Amino acid sequence: MVWVNAVVQGILLGGLYALFATGLSLVFGVMRLVNLAHGDLIVLAGFLGVVFTHDLGWNPLLTLVVIVPLLAALGFVGQLAILNFTLDSGLSPLLATFGLSIIVQNTLLEQFSADQRGLSAGTIETDSIRISNEISLGWFPLTTFLVAVVLLVGLQLVIRWTRLGRALRATSDDRRAAQLVGIDNRVVYAVAMAISLATVAIAGIFLGVRTSFAPTTGPTRLLFAFEAVIIGGLGSLWGTLVGGVALGIAQTVSAQISPGWGVLGGHLFFLAVLLLRPRGLFARADAS
Amino acid sequence: MSCFYGDFQALFDVSLHVDEGETVAVIGANGAGKSTLLGTVAGLLRPARGEVRFAGAPIGRQPAFRRVGRGISLVPEGRRLFPSLTVRENLLLGAQARRRGPWNERRVFEVFPLLEAIASRSASALSGGEQQALAIGRALMANPRLLLLDELSLGLAPIVIQSLYAALPSIAGEGTTVVLVEQDVGRALAAASRAYCLLEGRISLEGPTSELTREQVTGAYFGV
Repeated sequence: MVWVNAVVQGILLGGLYALFATGLSLVFGVMRLVNLAHGDLIVLAGFLGVVFTHDLGWNPLLTLVVIVPLLAALGFVGQLAILNFTLDSGLSPLLATFGLSIIVQNTLLEQFSADQRGLSAGTIETDSIRISNEISLGWFPLTTFLVAVVLLVGLQLVIRWTRLGRALRATSDDRRAAQLVGIDNRVVYAVAMAISLATVAIAGIFLGVRTSFAPTTGPTRLLFAFEAVIIGGLGSLWGTLVGGVALGIAQTVSAQISPGWGVLGGHLFFLAVLLLRPRGLFARADAS
Repeated sequence: MSCFYGDFQALFDVSLHVDEGETVAVIGANGAGKSTLLGTVAGLLRPARGEVRFAGAPIGRQPAFRRVGRGISLVPEGRRLFPSLTVRENLLLGAQARRRGPWNERRVFEVFPLLEAIASRSASALSGGEQQALAIGRALMANPRLLLLDELSLGLAPIVIQSLYAALPSIAGEGTTVVLVEQDVGRALAAASRAYCLLEGRISLEGPTSELTREQVTGAYFGV
């Protein structure tokens, strides 16, 4: 039963990783941009949560009402003002987002010091549903997982069925052809980045409630998000959910073998996927 | 206007005009500058010198996506469909510019009945003729005043080309101005009322198609 429990907890942990990875996956799918600042922006959202909870006494989940639109606006403006130019000029967007990553990290260090911080959401953090003696589902991990599923399913529906979704897919296919039907690809990219950072805001708050974080935590979160995206297959949102869950299971099962092996087990699983299915479990057929 | 690709000059002081409602053919050999000309009118390329005027207003600085909104649609060489989208979604994207006019999904299906049967198929799984019909349909969905057709017949079987050309009168019949770029001279001249011939980036011949002789066209096309 301990193994069943490890898998169950891994699935729930995978929900958090899927939250980390959603925005990264979307932005890569639409504009082939790898946002190296993704992890740091998640941590930035966490610190914004700290500001609202500690200074104003809000519940962390309530802060989403402010932080989601705030980060979405940041993404929209940042894409239009900075990242679009890196896409057009051939200057590697990797360098630009790497620079942003350093700026975000150091600004957070400057403002909040290097201390570990956390968000307190009250009793939901420790409450759980008891299934058997060895298995119990924490309310908060369960909520995280459901939020991730709803977010990814919702995003997938938007992309599949709406006018905006068609524009996103068309621009991803061929941005010059998209211009020929009247789509301003720079605005489409800005919308994609806004959606991405909205998911980053959610990820940051859920990260902060689940565990402690510091200004330098970002790159590790980026790594987990990146692994979830690659395991699932680049450009596939369903793949991202499966990738996050697979990574979560790999970590908790490894930790069950020996408590120190959790993260290492996740990385080894990632490497195994890269070796056996280099394009991921759900690679888009036309992603070449 | 003059156009360059880097240091390579593709068009040398080319000047042409098209009146509303006309169907005009631009013919010329490979590399004569025909696609460059259309790309410049559509806004994919910027002229180094000269200007593009549409309905009296200079539009040379406007990006392609904005020109679609003004009523210029290009059916590009190689069709440039969206392969991960269905036929219907490709058509719906054509309407992204939200221009009013006679064209909608139903009207496109009337002109190209073959598209209706494959509406939910992926655009990556179409024959050449189906792709070209879809590319034209997608451009029509924007309700253009000026439709630019680049190499309509390239790589297609004669019978398919014939059915595509058969659709042109119903497009022009809606009042749409058509500029037709072709290597297939006979087909283009038959469909158009006026023609320009490009030779190595310069206009070598122009006039109403009814007045052009075979010798004139051959001379202008090959430069002999």
